[in-house]
Amino acid sequence: MSRRGGPPRDLAGETDLPVLLPAAAALQHRARRERELGAALPRLTWRHGLVLLLGLLVSAGLAQAQAGAAKEPVLEVIVRWLPVLLEGFLFNIVISVLAMAFGTLVGTWLGLMQISLLLPVRAGSWVVTQFFRNAPWLVLLFYCMFLLPFELRILGLTVPFPDWLKATIGLSLPVVANVSEIVRGAVNSIPSGQWEASESLAFNRRQVLWMIILPQCVKRMLPPWMNLYAILTMATVLASVVGVSEMMTQAGRVLAAENRPELLIPIYSFVLLCFFLYCYPIARWTVALERRFQVRL
Amino acid sequence: MAWNAEQPIVSCKDVHKSFGAIEVLKGVTLDVAKGETICVIGPSGSGKSTLLRCINALVPIDSGSITVEGQEVHDPKLDKLALRRKVGMVFQQYNLFPHKSALQNVMMAPVTVLKQDRAEVEQRAYRLMKKVRLEGKELAYPGELSGGQQQRVAIARALAMNPDVMLFDEVTAALDPETVKEVLVTIRELAEEGMTCILVTHEMGFAREVADQIYFTDRGVIVEQGPPADFFASAKDPRTREFLSQIL
Repeated sequence: MSRRGGPPRDLAGETDLPVLLPAAAALQHRARRERELGAALPRLTWRHGLVLLLGLLVSAGLAQAQAGAAKEPVLEVIVRWLPVLLEGFLFNIVISVLAMAFGTLVGTWLGLMQISLLLPVRAGSWVVTQFFRNAPWLVLLFYCMFLLPFELRILGLTVPFPDWLKATIGLSLPVVANVSEIVRGAVNSIPSGQWEASESLAFNRRQVLWMIILPQCVKRMLPPWMNLYAILTMATVLASVVGVSEMMTQAGRVLAAENRPELLIPIYSFVLLCFFLYCYPIARWTVALERRFQVRL
Repeated sequence: MAWNAEQPIVSCKDVHKSFGAIEVLKGVTLDVAKGETICVIGPSGSGKSTLLRCINALVPIDSGSITVEGQEVHDPKLDKLALRRKVGMVFQQYNLFPHKSALQNVMMAPVTVLKQDRAEVEQRAYRLMKKVRLEGKELAYPGELSGGQQQRVAIARALAMNPDVMLFDEVTAALDPETVKEVLVTIRELAEEGMTCILVTHEMGFAREVADQIYFTDRGVIVEQGPPADFFASAKDPRTREFLSQIL
């Protein structure tokens, strides 16, 4: 193929396939900005929030029109129930943070066990990882809800074991397995030359792992880890199925108390907007962190 | 086991190594005296790099024996880490730690492995950076350095452990011609200072200039060896002659 002078053209976003043409310009634009930035652009942008806000306002307006002027304005209803709804949302956040913390702690060890030199350790951790990674989240949640006791007796002390804590453990199981895979994948993605070089400098395996390999993995693990957290945050509404008073449950209770069917869409739109407002800064923060941990190769 | 400087510092006897069905080393025998510089040359895939990796136990051998300062390298009881403190290695792809600055790359092993005093190691690291002519680049990260500069940091990093033997695995193969020279100058200085160096290289001119002995390997065996003057002028084996005619 001959190319007559000029700088090499960008490969990303350039295509002769008609089916890709509409997306090509956007992809090209995105790829160029990511190169300038030296990191991935956030997938979640403020525009998405605008759409959600618009959805809330439009649905509120429609509901209002449906109900007539005599009824209380929809937005006022939402504001009145705000403490109840946000209290529920707080549960979502607490559950997601605790499940992620526990999942990351245990998952990291499980992931390191997957690269152990001992075959039984490696095989065992692989089985555990695959099981929890491929089991449906809701099934794991139900298992934990019904298999864990509602209180624990330790040395005569009775420690209550509330539903939300059981839900947290249930949701952390798939997190453990996914973090385990993230860690294993990141370690394996480090070039073998790094192992050779550090071994030739007489580092032992533990030192190689903790001082040379894992620090380089942080940047690689961050995007999938944050991604996992976003998925987990959205999955916390599953806890409503097992009766934890999180936001979805609370929204249902609000709807039951109001007994106004036209409120259904605005209230759930509001729930969506809350999740956006929580996830958006995290998405921005992920990008900032990625830039900070950027390792120039 | 007593070892004195009269005996070979590195001694390989009938070393065999296979990767699966492929026999890479088919009985390699080679002695290196203290302070000597030897160059191993030969076509790609003739087992040169594998031989180096066997000497510091990165790769286990199947049979034969390798001793470094009189100690059997593949004795299961031998402390591999103790061996590697004596044997420094520099790689074709530099393999610097990208998340650490040049100075930290040099300091890391002495501080964490040898548990030496940080301040003292830091002083030595600065001296080594000066020695490889990288003064002022101490705080640069590997990604900010050129290939030749990275390779010199890698040499300084290996030297920081005060090794008795240095292994160089095609250290200039990934460099562009201009930067090859700066790395070779550094290696020549080391050789002249009396460091025992084992080089795998494709730089024939350099090999001729710096080596005390040249070994030519092909298909897992040492075909021919000799001091550079004899080796390049009057190679006897037809395989060596063919190889040299292609290269020179």
